[in-house]
Amino acid sequence: MLTALYVMLGLALLLGVVLGYSALKFKVEGDPLVARIDAILPQTQCGQCGYPGCKPYAMAIAKGEADINQCPPGGDAGVHALADLLGVEYKPLNAEHGLPKPKSVAVIDENVCIGCTLCIQACPVDAILGAAKHMHTVIASECTGCELCVAPCPVDCITMEPIAESPANWKWRYPVFEIKPEPAVTRKIAE
Amino acid sequence: MNAIVNLSELIKRKLGKTGLSSFNGGVHPPQHKLESTTSPIRPVPPPARLVLPLRQHVGNVSKLQVATGDHVLKGQLLARADGQVSAAVHAPTSGTIAAIDNQLIPHPSGLPDISITLEADGRDEWIARQPLDYKAMSKQELLDSLREAGVVGLGGATFPSHIKLREDARHPVRTLIINGAECEPYISCDDMLMRERAAEIVRGIEIMRYLLDAGRCVIGIEDNKPQAAAAMRAAAADSEVAIDVAEVPTIYPGGGAKQLIKVITGLEVPSGRLPSEIGVQCFNVATAYSVHRLVHHGEPVISRIVTVTGHVGHAGNYEVPLGMSIRELVELAGGKAIPELIMGGPMMGFNLPSADVPVVKATNCIIVPDSAMFPEPPPALPCIRCTRCADACPANLQPQELYWFSKSQNLDKAREYKIFDCIECGCCTYVCPSNIPLVQYYRFAKSEIIAQDRAREAADIARERNEFRLKRIEREKQERAQKHAQKAAGAKTEAAPADDAKKAAIAAAIERAKAQKAEMTPKNTEAVSPVVAAEIAEIETRRAEVQAASTTEARTEEKQSTEEAK
Repeated sequence: MLTALYVMLGLALLLGVVLGYSALKFKVEGDPLVARIDAILPQTQCGQCGYPGCKPYAMAIAKGEADINQCPPGGDAGVHALADLLGVEYKPLNAEHGLPKPKSVAVIDENVCIGCTLCIQACPVDAILGAAKHMHTVIASECTGCELCVAPCPVDCITMEPIAESPANWKWRYPVFEIKPEPAVTRKIAE
Repeated sequence: MNAIVNLSELIKRKLGKTGLSSFNGGVHPPQHKLESTTSPIRPVPPPARLVLPLRQHVGNVSKLQVATGDHVLKGQLLARADGQVSAAVHAPTSGTIAAIDNQLIPHPSGLPDISITLEADGRDEWIARQPLDYKAMSKQELLDSLREAGVVGLGGATFPSHIKLREDARHPVRTLIINGAECEPYISCDDMLMRERAAEIVRGIEIMRYLLDAGRCVIGIEDNKPQAAAAMRAAAADSEVAIDVAEVPTIYPGGGAKQLIKVITGLEVPSGRLPSEIGVQCFNVATAYSVHRLVHHGEPVISRIVTVTGHVGHAGNYEVPLGMSIRELVELAGGKAIPELIMGGPMMGFNLPSADVPVVKATNCIIVPDSAMFPEPPPALPCIRCTRCADACPANLQPQELYWFSKSQNLDKAREYKIFDCIECGCCTYVCPSNIPLVQYYRFAKSEIIAQDRAREAADIARERNEFRLKRIEREKQERAQKHAQKAAGAKTEAAPADDAKKAAIAAAIERAKAQKAEMTPKNTEAVSPVVAAEIAEIETRRAEVQAASTTEARTEEKQSTEEAK
């Protein structure tokens, strides 16, 4: 009886030490779920979801405060991926947060720009180059198309231009075949 | 199915004697090479107008070096290679740059791209050509001149050759393979080049071999080209270095780089790796020829051999200046420039968006089809999972699985099943009893995966930049707060002595000013009459009285106002 108790006590102590040690040794920094949600989000940093960036939205989803259908740049595919990851039901995009648009980049009309730096302060990814009272320009390759620079511009010189299709970014289409009536059938119809 | 097995058995038995190996699958489509090999290569004079796209190779778009209105000579540099993976573009004839704008290019997208339009002046005047003494110069210099001469793989992939010719200490190239297999039906440009210019090709191979320091060098030629093989063998015998000629069995796609490497060396290029990583490098014969033209004649790549065949009057091979309109070329060959022209072969080629596109470095063949040659494929039927495609696949893939995944857009699965090892040879489509255009599905899935990867990469960069920005803002805020705190603390401790010093300085300054005032006589009262002086004195006393009165008044008022405030 006592031996059994000792054995159990000993085991409990031993396992407790092992568990305590591994909790310290293999401690996970941060919330891995947030990182996984953040990896799915498109990192546009546009704030259309109602949070100041993709990471805060990811944290809100992880906490269960936000829904998965608030990210228009992520599109339907993004909602599907989030639903798969979190094991929840798919929901169509919430139109309140905007509709998906073709990917665009901001373009500054350099003749109109007065060099006020307001857009530079608004850009979430530092994709606008310029200094006070000097012309600004957008680094197109870094622009996420979030449109956050458009509103602050006092002279309305920033426009969003959709990225045009070129031989460099062209994609093969999904094979679609035209259904043609058989010649014999058309002849019959003509008759 | 039985037929295929028997064929590969036959080939294996035949190969047993030659020391060559074989690859899985492959098909035997009708050759149709005789039509275009009856007459020698015909040179084509430069036309009046040439269009030269800046994207004729894999990699970065070349950087423009000329402006509209410039006069250029034949062989002059028009656009420089931008970065390592890029190649230059040169003027195929002398003339004037008429325009630099977007023009339709031979690309399956049918989209226009930046191109240079050159109006020929008819003189066809060369710039000074300087042959290179390649053994006297460093290997890097030679590679740089290849890059500047726009030498790219002319088999169709147009990958810049100088990158493949770089010596890599980690993966020394043991076997250099020169690809003269030309397995695709209808195409005969490499065949004719080998028949007519074997010695020149061998000169080019010698330079490539020198650059790579390769121990073994083999020219692979399919056994349906005995004349080319004989010519190459004779030329190789004259060479000072040992070059073997291997006649490989005719089977499509035996001319694919990985397939030819397997046949000649018996080595298989692992999935997702490059041939150079297993010590093999493979070049097209036409690429070797253009290396020779550069080194021994100082000529950059400004023309190429193009097979024009199909429904034309004079099917054959033409040495065409790059940038010539395909419409003109087809009409020169006695054909009709119909909109359904095919660039490349019937297996891997694509329909040109229009006949009004230029010949580029990738243009190895133009087929003018008619309905009898390529009848409309019957409608696709459902897949019956017969796996004939898997038997035919030269890349050892499972095409039927890839088809399911591509069709359902299950891209992760398609990637897992190695869709990027697919060379899009079309063998699966060729054997499919349900007539499913399998390759079209693979192309769709591949470009979709590439686009996804690019989007993910861009998102990663955006995340990093956003995080950096937030960190920066936080840091700036802290710095500002620290500065403010320092100032506030400084006001209490350091300010006291500083204030004293300041006060002392001010007091001293006031004293000085007073002394100065006292010293100098501000009023010009020295040289006046006593009457005037008396008047002045009177006025001064009055002023003093008034001043005294006003100051007392002000003081009382002040007192009053403070009392009221209280």
